[in-house]
Amino acid sequence: MVKRLIPHPLVSLMLLLVWIGLVNKITLGNVILGGILGLVIPAITAPYWPDRPKLGKPLVIIEYVLIVLWDIIVANVQVALIILFKPNDAIRSKWVTVPLELTSPEAITVLAGTITLTPGTVSSSLAADGSALLVHCFHTEDEIAVRDTIKSRYESRLKRIFQ
Amino acid sequence: MDLWIEILVAAFLVISGVFGLVGSFGLIKLRGTMQRLHAPTKATTLGVGGVLIASMIYFTFVRGGVSFHELLITLFLFLTAPITANFIAKSYLAKHVTPDTLPETKGEYGWAVYDDPPGGDTSQEPHLGKDR
Repeated sequence: MVKRLIPHPLVSLMLLLVWIGLVNKITLGNVILGGILGLVIPAITAPYWPDRPKLGKPLVIIEYVLIVLWDIIVANVQVALIILFKPNDAIRSKWVTVPLELTSPEAITVLAGTITLTPGTVSSSLAADGSALLVHCFHTEDEIAVRDTIKSRYESRLKRIFQ
Repeated sequence: MDLWIEILVAAFLVISGVFGLVGSFGLIKLRGTMQRLHAPTKATTLGVGGVLIASMIYFTFVRGGVSFHELLITLFLFLTAPITANFIAKSYLAKHVTPDTLPETKGEYGWAVYDDPPGGDTSQEPHLGKDR
């Protein structure tokens, strides 16, 4: 019964929080309205999302978010220094292939988004069967190191989250 | 206003301003679409992030009231910025790059910009790789 009423508990909670954030005031009426939205929207959209992934390990999720935020700050400074002080001829931009072990589309989306958000790498395309990710690297001498960093730092954690 | 909070807010504003400036400078200085694509990813992360943190500190300590709007802006930016970058990169790949200048996928199928996915009947679709 509960499962039919709330097909995506996390999505419902997220919608409630986003609604409260949008109105920016915690009152009983807003919480109730957010709760109704959180119940109705997942129920209507549930047929479009049949194979939703199961999220596990909240600690790993928090660890992942913190690591990504830290990497964003570090990589920002690195790329800013390259833009400011490296002559254009010395910037080595390269395409890097990252073979994927992730299979769920949601996990691959998160990985691709992470790669783009950390400055210095932009995920550009996916292999047609979803087995590899094409990443453009702003400046690197060693594309294998870039690939291994992405795999060990982000993909391994995502694999644990989306199992 | 407390002096320390004032300093903190100012510091975050300056940081975000510097990164926004460097990002814009990168747009002018760098060569080629793909290199230039890296500059705005900075402006949206640390550049906007600095303003948002400064705004949160200001509203929490000076106006006395927690504001959730900054968190939502961060969330929406983090959702939309990679998609924009991906679209620009894809259209650039389709228009200006040939598959043989890219590294191999190391799999059976090529990159999705040029190759059809396995199984799907895409014969009705115009193939991107052909009309170049």
